Amino acid sequence: MPGRIWALVIKEFLALLRDKKSRFVLIVPPVLQLLVFGYAATFDLRHIPYGVYNQDPGFASQELLGRFRGSATFRQVATIENAGQIAPLIDNEKALLVLRIGPSFTRDLLLHRPAPVQVIIDGRNSNSATLALNDVNSVFLSFDTHWAAEHRWGKTPAQLVIRPWFNPNLLSRWFIVPGIVALLSLVVTLLVTGLSVAREREQGTFDQLLVTPMRPVEILLGKALPGLIIGGLEGIFIVLAAIFWFRVPFIGSVPALAAGMTLFLLAAIGIGLMISSLAVTQQQGLLGIFLFLVPAIILSGFATPIANMPPLVQDLTYLNPMRYFLVIVRGVFLEGDGFRALGPQYWPLALIALSSMSAAARLFRHRMR
Amino acid sequence: MAASPLRFIQVGKHFSRGAARVRALDALDLNLTAGSITGLLGPDGAGKTTLMRLAAGLLLPDVGTIQVLGADTRARAAKIQAEIGYMPQQFGLYEDLTVQENLDLHADLQGLSAEAARTRQRELLRMTALGPFGTRRAGTLSGGMKQKLGLACALLRVPPLLLLDEPTVGVDPIARRELWGIIQGLKDQGVTVLMSTAYFDEAERCDEIILLHQGKLLKKDTLAAFRLPLQGRCFRVTEDTGNKRRLRESLQRRPGVQDARIVAAGVRVLCQGPSVEAAPGERWQAETPTFEDAFVDLLGTAEMPDEAAPAAPAAATADQDAEIIIEVRDLRKRFGNFEAVKGNTFMVRKGQIFGLLGANGAGKTTTFRMLCGLLPASSGTLRVAGVDMRRATAQARARIGYVSQKFSLYGNLSCDQNLAFFSAAYGLRGTWRRQRLQWAVQKFQLSDYREVNADQLPLGIKQRLALACALLHAPPILFLDEPTSGVDPLARREFWQRVNALAESGVTVMITTHFLEEAEYCDHLVLLSQGEVLAQGSPQQVRALAQDKTHPEPSMEEAFIHLIQTHENQGRRAS
Amino acid sequence: MNAQRLRGLMRKEFLQILRDPSAIAIAFVMPVFLLFLFGYGVSLDAKRVPIAVVVHQPTAETSALIGGLQESPYFQPRVYASIRGAEQAVMTRRANGVVWLRSDFSRRLLQGNTASIGVLVDGVDANNARILEGYLQGVWQNWLRQRALHAGTPLIVPVHDEYRIWFNPALRSRDYLVPGLIAVIMTLIGALLTALVVAREWEHGTMEALMATPVGMGEILLGKLIPYFFMGMGGMLLSVALAVWLFAVPLVGSFWVLLFCSALFLLVALGMGLLISSVARNQFVAGQIAIIVTFLPAFILSGFIFDIQSMPAAVRVITHAVAARYFVSILQTVFLAGDVWPILLWNSLALGLMAALFLGLTLHRSHKRLD
Repeated sequence: MPGRIWALVIKEFLALLRDKKSRFVLIVPPVLQLLVFGYAATFDLRHIPYGVYNQDPGFASQELLGRFRGSATFRQVATIENAGQIAPLIDNEKALLVLRIGPSFTRDLLLHRPAPVQVIIDGRNSNSATLALNDVNSVFLSFDTHWAAEHRWGKTPAQLVIRPWFNPNLLSRWFIVPGIVALLSLVVTLLVTGLSVAREREQGTFDQLLVTPMRPVEILLGKALPGLIIGGLEGIFIVLAAIFWFRVPFIGSVPALAAGMTLFLLAAIGIGLMISSLAVTQQQGLLGIFLFLVPAIILSGFATPIANMPPLVQDLTYLNPMRYFLVIVRGVFLEGDGFRALGPQYWPLALIALSSMSAAARLFRHRMR
Repeated sequence: MAASPLRFIQVGKHFSRGAARVRALDALDLNLTAGSITGLLGPDGAGKTTLMRLAAGLLLPDVGTIQVLGADTRARAAKIQAEIGYMPQQFGLYEDLTVQENLDLHADLQGLSAEAARTRQRELLRMTALGPFGTRRAGTLSGGMKQKLGLACALLRVPPLLLLDEPTVGVDPIARRELWGIIQGLKDQGVTVLMSTAYFDEAERCDEIILLHQGKLLKKDTLAAFRLPLQGRCFRVTEDTGNKRRLRESLQRRPGVQDARIVAAGVRVLCQGPSVEAAPGERWQAETPTFEDAFVDLLGTAEMPDEAAPAAPAAATADQDAEIIIEVRDLRKRFGNFEAVKGNTFMVRKGQIFGLLGANGAGKTTTFRMLCGLLPASSGTLRVAGVDMRRATAQARARIGYVSQKFSLYGNLSCDQNLAFFSAAYGLRGTWRRQRLQWAVQKFQLSDYREVNADQLPLGIKQRLALACALLHAPPILFLDEPTSGVDPLARREFWQRVNALAESGVTVMITTHFLEEAEYCDHLVLLSQGEVLAQGSPQQVRALAQDKTHPEPSMEEAFIHLIQTHENQGRRAS
Repeated sequence: MNAQRLRGLMRKEFLQILRDPSAIAIAFVMPVFLLFLFGYGVSLDAKRVPIAVVVHQPTAETSALIGGLQESPYFQPRVYASIRGAEQAVMTRRANGVVWLRSDFSRRLLQGNTASIGVLVDGVDANNARILEGYLQGVWQNWLRQRALHAGTPLIVPVHDEYRIWFNPALRSRDYLVPGLIAVIMTLIGALLTALVVAREWEHGTMEALMATPVGMGEILLGKLIPYFFMGMGGMLLSVALAVWLFAVPLVGSFWVLLFCSALFLLVALGMGLLISSVARNQFVAGQIAIIVTFLPAFILSGFIFDIQSMPAAVRVITHAVAARYFVSILQTVFLAGDVWPILLWNSLALGLMAALFLGLTLHRSHKRLD
């Protein structure tokens, strides 16, 4: 029996790797996606374009604006003379925000009176707006602290000392790149397992396989192993790329990651085989993969937090294997997690793997009858 | 005489397949006679479809010129396409559209006025007998009806030149006969027809025949001219024992015999010269040459390796009292409300070649799949090699070999890799495995193709490889599902030689086919129609059922048509 | 160009659309599916974030601060007595951050010294962490203000910031995600519709039959373009209706401008589909190419979710080749900001050029020949 399964595995590999097109599908899109996601998928704001409408002739406003100019986060794109120029600047997306400083800014401050600064911000992209507001606020805060100390306003009663854990500079890339490990190994595994039976059905070789003395379980195993191997290799490749190319710190336990990845791949294989046993043509297989993959990625916490979703949708994510593996991979990379910390992620994955595999086996046997 | 409607002058055409350049046509000169039907024949890859497409202006020649109705295809493709009728091999019908809507579309494309369209469509629907099906979707029509509809679409405007690419492939004999009626009618209207075909009997109905081989024109002439050099070289040989297979083998090996094939009344022999020694007990009778003889004569028979005497001659007797190896009793298969197989019973004996015949949709594929354990039966008994197939155990499957319609091989695996995989899948091991692999390569002459991917193999070689894969584990029973469809005549003959040899060595062969002349190779036939067994017995017995005054000696095709029509008429009367 | 032939082709196409559910599924079911999925599944608005508050000595001061956190819609504070317990909560993902009020917090406040509030945020999700920081600063500043008001002491905040958020004052992420999403969906639908139906004609051999008739290549292409243009516009209108009525995204600009720009973009997407189908002659390959070259770039490089301004310069250059980027910009502006002509004109111009390019290339590449 192992001999027959092994022969099937070898055959699957040959079929995948001897074909130029499928070789391409296995190698090029993952690398491309890694690069695109690694470089383009970022929420970090840099060079926020802003305009200045300063009516204050005094030095205080200059000091404040100097802080903006000195920050790498901001880039001044315009200085304007009247209020009518604000709207075009924002409307046409020339500037994300405009700082408007009133005529009595310096005088008010010297009189120990809080002086208003108006910040007009383009809310079209609400995320960028939120982040830009935070950045503006930090500049104001540091100016406040400094000014209050210099001009004897008294001491601030309390100050916030913020220290981010696990990701001190709050780089999006540290969050996104480990996520790609989950994303791409899921995509590749589904493509390998989800289409393999359909491809044989289309070529007519599946019947040929069924008239051999192989048992359904053997065929199923022979179809599952290549997915595990290829998905695993691809996962390892991205882990290495994340560490050595994107310089994402890896502080957790390798075996914990390996265990998580194996469980995750098994779950993905189970789902892939389920799609496979239902699809008659490769086209249907592809459609099935697409219909599973898109929600699985969106509802996984890959790009946006699960906690922000409506409660009902949050409950739905418990069925999604990627949800658990994302926690594992990020936990191991950034938080230094080991087996114990990840226990709550392992068992749901194992449960999904087990149930999807047995469902696939049942569907498979049912289909053959 | 009118100018030639189609003229090829020194036409050459290449295709690049990857890095390689494949020559499809080479320095081809051709002239069609106006108002005639010309048949285009040749083995696979001879360039028939390329020739058709070139004539339709859908491909341009690399060198040379093609003139269609006096216009050059390079310069005036649009004008040509506005005038000719062209029906591609897989006729492009819109399957979601009804018969009428398909006709309407083509009427619009041809720019027919509403009035003209209506008259012509009525005429065509009558001619093709599709009138009652006007509102049926094209996708639900049978293969033959589709071909007729395709033809009707190409004929909305009576074209001076009609190009038909294998219009009768995959069509059952009855529909084929109707299609020919239509084509003959067109000739009477002065249409020049060029059609490619895989059937020899169709070639014989053409005014002229073009024989292509490897992109070159081998011969273009009338049927009579093709036959002429064969006068006095064709014989029918019979023998008392009646074992035609054995007789054929012996004749084929005799010096001076170019080709021997099994026909209804015996073995047909084509000799290299007029004198061949007859063995005692044989009766030789001169016959008029047919186009098939000419085809074999011009293209030669495929070489077969020297067959040693069959391995197990003792088992070679496919007697009526040999052990029953496949037993089917009251077999039924229902799909929902539709009963595809209606309580059939038949037995297959060891060492027989057992043929399963029927029109499209008669239930032969369903029956076949149940026999191999690919489809569960709804009810009935099904025993193969003593094992109940309804429990489709692995142990039963180890005893059968199966070659499917499409020669299902792993396309991007090489010959060797395919063989290696199947040998492992059948659980072969060690020396035995090595021996069988060696046997397969040698016996099926695959040594030149070992590193070639299965996809890249010519169809005939692919068929050999599929057969080799199915025989690796030396199964006592071999299932062949339409193994010769789409394969050119030469490869088909070679294939039958192999099957014969297998049967001689004691392998039971179960086969489906729609080439009715191939039925003659079988020991026992079952004729299916609408899910029922219409007739069964030896080929002679089946033919005898159709004997009447008008057909004192019916061919298998005539018998088939007669039996099915009678059955369908009975069915109609009953309902 | 012959009107009768074109009419015949278009009628055929409409009949096929009516009878084959796959085109309808692509044009109408897919947008609904994707809009629901993204509309509900993708949100950057953190709400009721679990946060651990460590209080060593509860006093009136600390409860005022905790009260501030509790009142905020963004937080769900839970009090811990020791930093160890709070850290554990973060480690086990039961809290996203810690607010640490040390034992000397109230004493230092009373003495007039600056008391520090330690904040630890889980930085794994950097974006979320930043948003959290902002919210925390807000709560803190509020608390300071309240405290100054109560005590009658002057507020020691020299700069009094006044934020004016235009176009999306509540900063609802859905308002900007949904319009962008429409662009992504339309890219996929437009390209898939034409790529698949043309590939289907090749697969079924109907293309060969068409080519051997007097019909011209331009007529064949137009016969595809016109019916699927209307299908696509149907899908577009459906998406807009869902955005406005289901997701309550305001449509500030003019509907007709939106319609015009959508039509322009649809031409680009359909043109891409036709171009793909002139390369790939089977539905399987055409579908894969359509997803890889249209969907993924539209998703990541269009500014639909990730701000183009934040990308590295090289990637920013590449985004100019992504048609969806222009349409995302148009949609976000028309929906939220109104008819801002300079933005609409430049982006429409870019779309017009791309449409001309793709359709022109398709026409150039398509011959009435099989090789």
